[in-house]
Formats: sequence, structure tokens, C-alpha cells
Amino acid sequence: MTSLAHSLPAMLAQTQAALPQAADYMRVLPELVLSIFGMLIMVVDPLLDPESSHQSLGTIALLGAFAALASTFWMAQYPGTAFWNMVRVEGFSVFFHVLVIAIAAVAVLSSFEYLKVQRIRAGEYYALILFGTVGMCLMSSAIELVLIFIALEISSISTYVLAGFRRRDAASSESSLKYFLLGSFATAFFLYGVALMFGATGSTNIDTISRALNSGGAPMPLLAYVATALMFVGLGFKVASFPFHVWTPDVYEGAPAPVVGLMSTGPKAAAFAVLLRVMFEANAPGRFWVIWVSAVLTMTLGNLGALVQNNVKRLLAYSSIAHAGYILVAFAALPDLGTSAVMFYTAAYAAMNVGAFAVVSHFANAGEKYLTLEDYAGLGRKSPVLAATFTFFLMSLIGIPITGGFFAKFYVLSAALKSDLNILAIILVLNSGVGAYYYLRIIVMMYMREPRAEVPVTPMPAATTIAITVCVLLTLYLGVLPGPVLDYATNSARALVGDASASITAAQSGATQP
Amino acid sequence: MERLSPFILTLVTFIPAAGGLLILFIPRRDRDIKLWALVISTFAFVASLHLPVHLHRETGAFKFEIDKIWITSPNIHYHMGIDGISVWLVVLTTFLTPLCVLISWTSIHERVKEFFILLLILESALIGVFTSLDLFLFYFFWEATLIPMALLIGMYGHGRKVYAAVKYFLFTMIGSMFMLASIIWLYSKTGSFDFVVIQNAIRRGSVPGFEAASLWLFLGFFIAFAVKVPLFPLHTWLPDAHVEAPTAGSVLLAGVLLKMGTYGLLRFDVGLFPEQAHRNAPWIMVLAIIGIIYGALVALVQPNMKKVIAYSSVSHLGFVVLGIFSFTAAGLSGAVFVMLAHGVATGGLFMLTGIIYERRHTYEITEFGGLATPMPKYATFFLVVVLASVGLPLMNGFIGEFLVLSGAFQARPIYGILGATGVIWSAGYLLWMYQRVFYGKVTHEVNNTLPDLNLREKAALWPIAVAALVMGVAPLVWLNAIDPAVQFAVIPSITQLVSKVVSQ
Repeated sequence: MTSLAHSLPAMLAQTQAALPQAADYMRVLPELVLSIFGMLIMVVDPLLDPESSHQSLGTIALLGAFAALASTFWMAQYPGTAFWNMVRVEGFSVFFHVLVIAIAAVAVLSSFEYLKVQRIRAGEYYALILFGTVGMCLMSSAIELVLIFIALEISSISTYVLAGFRRRDAASSESSLKYFLLGSFATAFFLYGVALMFGATGSTNIDTISRALNSGGAPMPLLAYVATALMFVGLGFKVASFPFHVWTPDVYEGAPAPVVGLMSTGPKAAAFAVLLRVMFEANAPGRFWVIWVSAVLTMTLGNLGALVQNNVKRLLAYSSIAHAGYILVAFAALPDLGTSAVMFYTAAYAAMNVGAFAVVSHFANAGEKYLTLEDYAGLGRKSPVLAATFTFFLMSLIGIPITGGFFAKFYVLSAALKSDLNILAIILVLNSGVGAYYYLRIIVMMYMREPRAEVPVTPMPAATTIAITVCVLLTLYLGVLPGPVLDYATNSARALVGDASASITAAQSGATQP
Repeated sequence: MERLSPFILTLVTFIPAAGGLLILFIPRRDRDIKLWALVISTFAFVASLHLPVHLHRETGAFKFEIDKIWITSPNIHYHMGIDGISVWLVVLTTFLTPLCVLISWTSIHERVKEFFILLLILESALIGVFTSLDLFLFYFFWEATLIPMALLIGMYGHGRKVYAAVKYFLFTMIGSMFMLASIIWLYSKTGSFDFVVIQNAIRRGSVPGFEAASLWLFLGFFIAFAVKVPLFPLHTWLPDAHVEAPTAGSVLLAGVLLKMGTYGLLRFDVGLFPEQAHRNAPWIMVLAIIGIIYGALVALVQPNMKKVIAYSSVSHLGFVVLGIFSFTAAGLSGAVFVMLAHGVATGGLFMLTGIIYERRHTYEITEFGGLATPMPKYATFFLVVVLASVGLPLMNGFIGEFLVLSGAFQARPIYGILGATGVIWSAGYLLWMYQRVFYGKVTHEVNNTLPDLNLREKAALWPIAVAALVMGVAPLVWLNAIDPAVQFAVIPSITQLVSKVVSQ
């Protein structure tokens, strides 16, 4: 009895500590807001006329995204960990929150027209986009491998379903099923990696793992190596890196175009965020050569594959593989340089790729009929503005100056060169040369071939126009004034992984001053 | 006028692009658009004349400098300035563009608005290449020339235009990616893109790891420039691009775009890596000589007038490279002079072939013959420009080639001797072409009725003919700006190099 009396206050104190604090909720506010809006859509959907619900449900989804964006800035006022070291709000996670939610907002905008033209029911669609975004947001702020896994699943399952939304089309169902089967397999690998990491370090918390690995105190180093490799398999699938990239073209080809715009950027950015945490923050052992080889093969195979594509969606799928390869180059660089380069790249890539897919989904028309390169012939004559914006996005994907794509590549290259990865840098350079060719094929088609009469160009509705304009402006902004975004990325990267290159920079500035 | 000085470069660089933007907003009446383009490009030319007039020629340092911060991270400056080398290339660009507008007056029928917008944007980008002193800014303008030119070829060219445009784009793009890698390497070690800062850092030897990397950096820049020049094994894009391009495209391509390559070699490759340039000079000079002779021989057997001129460019640009890598004052000044002379003469030749193409829609030499009878004025202009191009004394081609060859001879007699054969070859292929096209009886009935030059065409050709002659008679006007600039920009690195070798 006495023992109980003694332990009662302690238990009470424990319960109190076990209850989340108010600030904890603030630190997951965007996720909460998105979930609420997602559920709201599910509730409202049955009440609306299915024929005309696109507009209103889309608007709710858009409002949800805006509210989440606003709450992200609110969340940023409460840096720190929440829910017993499961989630951490810091510059890094705020960056990815903003990015992922912005991607979702633009994807929603470009879906307005798409759902109407393709006659797809809007309710689940928008709800799933929001729920998927919840997962992606959590992936970037979770610092607990188990939570990361759950977040990964939330985002993945939403995208599996979204990929199959054109139910009447066999390609879409194939896309969904393929993505689902392979994706589940890959996440299982990730989970296995988490388990082994727990075995190696005794924890699933990134901070603890990092401490254990840094102090060289991992009792079973081999286990840590295997764990790193397995986690790389799981995340490599999500970012479509070699040899786990095979699903990409088929899935992208079948999935609805706005969804491809979303899933080639959003979940990818989130997966890169996790990869950054696992590789750099946790300081995973033996990562260098795995990433080096994977980066080289990813960009090379992606570019070579894209060369022979005749379907624009497949072409952009291979191009996204190649871009994943470029991003992986940064993972081989010094932690802080690499992290900031990856952050900038995912942002620039999101702006240009979502924009490109918005153009594709507008142009594809009902039933996604017009997707081959030949369909784009003479677009420069038929619709100069659409062709010019698409050209701008393609220029950015090539990496021509004054576009975000240029600075993205620029920072990756300079991170690689500062880390003395000269060979990797040269391979990247050669690859972007190859890459220029297939983007150019589209531009050539649009401007230098005669138009085909039977391909109609429908006038662009307001929502699509806004979506594309936002993407153009962001791509241009990142290409003309990359400073603010990069500074933010650099600062949060330093906060995350420490200033590894500080000594080098100091030595350099000493060297350049007379 | 002095108040204008800090802004004049910005003004000259962006007048054409701003004009292009203006044209974007005026209605699609072709005549208005052409007039606007002519006015804008002429205005740019007049504005650019400020530069050589107010250039202080005593020293070769950069003039009209403007240095503003553009992007703080990375440390990119809007740094422009010109010296006696680049000033003439700027003027050459602004000089040729109005003539291009004139020559395209009737040959462009559709998408006229886009054509002139592209042309003006191209002009701005070209001027920017020659005026920027920040490596990043330079790279930006360098890439910016790529797209309008490729579109000009691909949209307004003839024959296999798409193939030519894509080939041009890819060759240049891949080449310049290597330059970008070198630029970023330099930035990552010095923390600056500024040409002058980097040059000083290299001269002081305060760039970590420079010794080991300098060969690769040199080659990175070199590939980008060699593609553009084009130097012998990398020249294959040039004939395609030239033959399929519209006349104005060919004029700017031969007249100015190729000079981006030689200018880059002189300013950046030799300017930043004198030691490596010196060490690699032998094989580069051999390539240049191969280019001179090979280009000439191939030109000799071409059945197509435009191809003859295209390969003659390969040959002439070989002289420029030969002059630069001879590392003598005469060779370097001569190289710059050949750039200008070639720009005027070859620009003129392309305009002339464009004029005949408009009348007959062919470039085949066998389609012509005896043209001097129906078109005497045309034949006269053609002869003047051909003679300028083959390097007749008192014409502009002579001065530059003479200086280059004397420089090459100082470097190594065999280079001078082999290079000199190029002069003979060029007389061969151009005069032979001239003979087949203009002399003898009229061989094709249609050619009898061809109209001679009209006023507009004469207005485009007179400036070329006059410039070719004046540059040949009074080369000092040009050389006394070029010489000090070469002395200042390149020779110090070489003397430093020599003293280094001696002290060892």
C-alpha cells in the first residue's frame, strides 16, 4: 500500500508528462489543418451534386492548402521537438512543409480543369491530395524512424490511389497497381532497415542514432551498414534512383497528369528530406560509394532512357529519374553543402516540373489523348503563349541561366566541386548535355514543325492559368534572385548537420585575402 | 558625355533587347516591325560608337566599368567593362545587325515579328558576351546567344534546318557545360566570379589546388571556345548551321558568333591560364594549321556557294587561333584584327549569297555562270568583298593575316610557312568560285533576267565595302586601340611566365 501511495504522485507526474503540451500541437499544426480540411471534403462531398462538385470541393482543398501554408508560418514560431522527440520543428522541416504544401496547392489548381474534362469524381481526389500532403509534411519533420515510416505510408497510399484515378483507362489501373506492389515492397525494405538500425544503435530516434554512430559506439558496425543500405533501397524507390527506378515511366504514363506533377515532386521532395536526415543528420556509415554509384547510374540511365521516348509523360518520367540522379550527386558532397543544394534543387525542380505537367495536362485534353511528341508539332504557331511557357519550363529543366533549374544544377555542381568530387561533377556535366537533347526535341516540335490540324488547343481556364503563372514566376524568381531561398537553405542545413565546410571556407577566404 | 560613361555599356547592351520587347507589343504589321527593328539597331550602332571614340588608348585597362552586386549568394556581380579588344567586337556586332535587318527585309515572309525580336535579343546577348567581366554574367550571355540563334536557324532556315539547329545547339551546349564546371571550380576556390579578381588570385598563386587542376580548367574553357571557333575536329556543326540558316543568321553566325570563341580564348583561356596556354600551344597551333589547310581544301571542292564560305570561315578562324597561341604581340594583335576583318568580309559574302538566293532559291555554283552580264553592280560588290576576304593588300583581310603570319613565324618558322599556304588556298577557292559564278557566258536562261541590286540591297552592301577598304587602308585606327589592350591583357601574363621559367 505504502509503495502505491509513494508512487502515486510520481505516476501522476508521469501521466502529466505523458500528455502532449499545447505547443506540441502547434508543431504539427499544418498536418492538423490539412487533415481537417481533408475530412471536411469527405463530409461535404455526398451533399453536393456530383456533376458540379468539382469547383466547390476544389476550392475547399485550395483553402485547406492556404490555411496549412499560413499555419506553417505560425508553426515556425515554435521551434523545438514535440510529442516526446517524435517531431522537430526547425528551419529544415519548415522549408519542406512550405514546399510540399505549395506543390499540393498548385496541383489542386491544375486539377480543376482536369477533373472536369476527364469526368472524374472530385471528392476523394482532393481529400487524398490533402491526406497525402499530411504524410509528406510529417516525413520532413519526423525525427523518429517509426514515425517516418508511418508518414511515408500515409503519403504513399494516397498516391497509390491517386495514380489509379482514371478508372476507365487500363493504363491508369496498371499504373496504380504497379506502384502499389513495388511501393509496398520498397517500404518493407525501409522498415527492415529501421529494424536493423535499431539493432545496431539501440534506438530509432535520429538524434540518438546520430550520437551513437558519431561516437563510433555502434556495437555492431556491420548491422549499421546493412541498415543504411536497406533504408536507401526504400527511399531510393520513392525518389526513383537506380536500380529502383524501373516503375517510374509506366506509373507516370498511366497516372492522371496533375497527379504526376504532384507525385514527381511532392513525395520525392519529402523522400529526399528523409534521405537527408538518414544520410547526413544520422551520419549513416558507408553511404558514400552507394550514393556515388547510384547517382551516376541514375542520371545516366534516366537521360539515355529519355532519349528514345515519344510520349511526353514518359519522357518527363525519365527526365525526373535523371534529375533524381543530379540531386543524389549532392548527397555525396559535404553534409552542409549537400543539404542546402538538395533543398534548393527540390524547390526549383518542383516549380518547373509541376508547371511542365500542368501544361501537359491541359494540352492532353479529354481522355489524355494528345501526349505524343507529334501532337505538339506547331504548337508555337497555334498557341504561342502555351508553347512559350512550356519552352520556359523545358529550358529550366535543361538548366539555362535565369531559370531556377540553372541555379539548382549550379549549386549541386558547386557542392560537388567544393567537396572535390571532380569526376562526379564531370559526369553530371556530360549528362546535362545529353539531357538537353530530349528537351530540345519538344521545343523543336513546337516551333519548327508544321501544326497538325486535328489536335485542338482549348482555351485555358482561370485555375490552370493561375497554376502555370505561379510556376513560371517561381521558376523565374529562383533563377534571377536565388539568394534568399539559398540563404535559408544554407542556414537550416547548417543548423541540421553542422558547419562541416566552415573550416574550408575560412581557409579559402584567408587565401583570397591579400 | 562623361556623365554617360558608367551607363553606356548597359545602354548599348540592352538597347536591342529592350527594342525587341517593344516590338513584342506593336501590332503585327510587317512593315512597321521592320522599320522599328531598323531604327532600333541603327540607334544601338550609333550609341556603340561612343565606346571607341571615348576609349582612352594610352593604357589597355578596362573602360566604362560598372560593378554592381547582382546576387549575393553566390557572389555574382553585374560587372561590365571593355578594352581595346572587346570594343571593336561590340561595334562589329552593332554594325552588322542593321545590315542584317536590311538584308532580311523581303526574304522573311512569315512570323516576321518573331524573327526581328529574336534578332534583336541575339544582338543584346552577343554584345553582353563581349562586355561582361564577371564569369557568371559572361556564361549567362554566352548561353543566351544559343537559343535565339538556334530558333533563327530552326524556324527560318531552309533544307535540313531542324537538324542543323539541334546540332548547333547541342555542340555548343555540351561544350559550354565544361566551361561552366571550370567556372564553378574557380568560384568554389576563390569565392568570386569576377574576372579581374580571379586573374589576380591566380597570378598571386593564392588559389588552393590550382596547380593540379589548371590543366583541366584550361581544357574546360578551351572545349567551349574551340567548339564555337570552330577548331578543326569540332567544326562539323558549322557547315550545317551556315547552309541552312537564313541570311541574317549566317551573317551574325559568321560575323560575330564565331568570334565569341576566339575572344573567349584570348580573354579567358589565355588571360586566366597563361602557363597552361603556353604549354599546350604546340598542339593547338597544329590544330589551327590543320583547320586552315583542311578548311581551305574542303572549301575548294564544295558545289554550294554558302558551303564554300562556311568552310572558308573554318580556315580564317584558324588564323585567329594561330595568332593567339603564337604569344607574340604581332600575332595577338593580328588575331584580333582578323576577327574584325573576317566579320566584315564574311558577313558581306553571306549577305551577297543571300541576295542571289532570294532571286534564284539556290546556292549551287553550277546554277550560275556569267552573272556579271545581267547583274554588274552585284558582281562588283561581290568582287570587292571576295578580294577583302582573300587578303589583297589595301583590303582588310591582308593586315590581319600578315600580322598573324609574322607572329607565327616568330613562334616557329614552320607554323608561319604552313599558315601562309592558307592565304594561297583562300585566293584559290574564292576566286575560282567567283570565276565560275560571274564570268563567261550566261549558262542558264533564267539568269539573264535577274534584276540587279535595288536601293535597299545597296544600302546594306555599301557599308561593308567601305569598311573593308577603310580597315585595309587605315588599320592603325583599329590597331592603336588593340595593341595596348593586348599588351595590357595578355603580355603581362606571358612575361611573368617567362620570368618564372628563367628563375627556375
